[in-house]
Amino acid sequence: MSGHDWPLWEVFVRAKGGLSHRHVGSVHAPDKEMALHHARDTYTRRLEGVSLWVVKSDDIIASDPDQAGPTFAPAEDKIYRHPTFYEIPDEVKHI
Amino acid sequence: MYTTELDKQPEKKNVTPIDGAEDPALVEAFEARVAADEFIEPKDWMPEAYRKTLVRQISQHAHSEIVGMLPEGNWITRAPNLRRKAILLAKVQDEGGHGLYLYCAAETLGTSREEMIEALHSGKAKYSTIFNYPTLTWADIAAIGWLVDGAAIMNQVPLQRTSYGPYARAMVRVCKEESFHQRQGYEAMMHLMAGTPEQKRMAQDAMNRWWWPSLMMFGPPDENSPNTERSMRWRIKRETNDELRQKFVDITVPQAEYIGLTVPDDALAWNEEKGGYDFGEIDWEEFYAVVRGEGPVAKERMKARRDAWDKGAWVREAADAHEAKKRAAAAA
Amino acid sequence: MPSLPTISPEEEAKAKAKDGTSVGSFDAPTAGSRDEATIAYYLMLGDDALILGQRLSEWCGHAPTIEVDLSLANMGLDLIGQATHLLGGAAGAMGEGRDADALAFHRDVLDFRNCLMVEQPNDDFARTMARQFLYSTWHHMLLGRLAGSKDGHLAAIAAKGVKEVAYHRELASDWVVRLGDGTEESARRMAEGLDWMWRFVPELFHVDEDLQKVIDAGIAVDPREFEAEYREAIAAVLAEAKLTVPDDQRPILGGRHGHHSEHLGHLLAVMQFLPRAYPDAKW
Repeated sequence: MSGHDWPLWEVFVRAKGGLSHRHVGSVHAPDKEMALHHARDTYTRRLEGVSLWVVKSDDIIASDPDQAGPTFAPAEDKIYRHPTFYEIPDEVKHI
Repeated sequence: MYTTELDKQPEKKNVTPIDGAEDPALVEAFEARVAADEFIEPKDWMPEAYRKTLVRQISQHAHSEIVGMLPEGNWITRAPNLRRKAILLAKVQDEGGHGLYLYCAAETLGTSREEMIEALHSGKAKYSTIFNYPTLTWADIAAIGWLVDGAAIMNQVPLQRTSYGPYARAMVRVCKEESFHQRQGYEAMMHLMAGTPEQKRMAQDAMNRWWWPSLMMFGPPDENSPNTERSMRWRIKRETNDELRQKFVDITVPQAEYIGLTVPDDALAWNEEKGGYDFGEIDWEEFYAVVRGEGPVAKERMKARRDAWDKGAWVREAADAHEAKKRAAAAA
Repeated sequence: MPSLPTISPEEEAKAKAKDGTSVGSFDAPTAGSRDEATIAYYLMLGDDALILGQRLSEWCGHAPTIEVDLSLANMGLDLIGQATHLLGGAAGAMGEGRDADALAFHRDVLDFRNCLMVEQPNDDFARTMARQFLYSTWHHMLLGRLAGSKDGHLAAIAAKGVKEVAYHRELASDWVVRLGDGTEESARRMAEGLDWMWRFVPELFHVDEDLQKVIDAGIAVDPREFEAEYREAIAAVLAEAKLTVPDDQRPILGGRHGHHSEHLGHLLAVMQFLPRAYPDAKW
């Protein structure tokens, strides 16, 4: 070890109550407490959030874009899952 | 800022051909996606040349932000009042943050920040030439905010729509945060020009020294910018160097005149026909010398960055060692 | 470096004697009603924040990683903000059109009331963190109590500041633990940093006549109230850091009365250069 850079963490911020945490970027940090400090000092300097998550980048399991076809295409033809698939007379409101 | 191609002198060499080993169908699909203004994301297939160009451009941009902390940082401890001190510290801190966002964006392409920093310290990687000029007086801080950040914004705004998703998102954040930088610089300059004779002298002197280097920030003229065509096609770059430079001059000259500053260019004249200013020849020899690392304070800048990294090594090591100990204790 | 013009003692005395009616840039309503001892208390806390903020800002662009650079700048910004409010409060009460900048940039060493610890040079990251840890632990305990001050303006500044300082304390403590229980080198550096700073801890708890007056008036906090708590908190963090609490030595005092270390003069020469060199200029 000769002063290497620290591992990478992904940062998620909840902008305000009622919203989900959203990915905003990443930071390098030696451990989870420091990752939170660094996330705070980097990504919430302008009142951007009320809550922070940090996740080690290596711990994220991502879908494979090359498999995007098999992963997401089957949802394409299931139009009956969408409300616009159903025709309802205008007179009947609020369904 | 600071996204111009700095790596080479203009060469007669043509655009690097896309590696013949790559599947033409994949290349074609990729080009079609980019042409349709779709975003490319980290794990998507991309031509190697696209990946390489992006790593170079984004890391160059990141290095510029980090090295760019130094000329202004030179005046934080000497800011003339508490308000200016807080503004300047916040601004230079923002630049550090921008460097950080950009390194992270480049890391999604498979190059670690450490590798990029090493490339900077070894002189292999470049950063914007503008930061190799010294900040002599307080007016330089005003000039940097107004001119250098002004040029930066001009370069960066189009990059919010650049084709690589993580880069584009980093740029959105950067542009949002940077919006105050240029305004504070111009405001500081206004104060100087409304001040004492000494202050006016400082302001004009800063204008004289920073004007031309600011114009150089947009990079070499289009005819000498070897990769512009391909970068435009790939939506890595969205406007050419000369287009952006012209825009900058047209916007900035009236701002200078408004507060009584003289633009140090005898050839400067309004051209009714093109609806913009004509301006003098840029000293490209100086530009390339600075790119080669021969700028007035290039050695100081590099030394400061290497020192920070080397003197921080034991801190980074210590935190890693502590984490390893805790992990070992938890496992036991 | 320009020579620092001396401050005319008559001017100073006049200003102090006069119960100022004109207000500073920040403070308004209670400006005219503070007595000398209260003003001194404002200056003491304001100067602490200003000098420590100035020291932290020296790191900008030179920290061990970019993330740490941002953390140090954030703390510096918090402190410069606090200094602006506190010195503004003092300036308003002193009157004669003074503002926070007049106090920050046009006083010399003898009129600065910051403690000796905050003016100590940064040296390496360990010494900077030792200073931050020892000061912000005290600062946090103080501001928490000061939020109940009878001086409403001071209470408001403290209530805002305590949230900022809670983070300074947490971050600095975390660093002390990591450096203390990191590598052999970091442990050595951390111990040296603590050793450098430890002699200035007693000053934080020293109560002189002026301070006693404002404590009795319900304006200031008596730091002796939380000295035991402070020592416990410090010991707990140092234990986690596998560091030993340094031995107490004869206290070094003086900062609160303008008798500083040699370092403050250099800090002021840099910080005050522009307004001193160009006294007629506005920036």
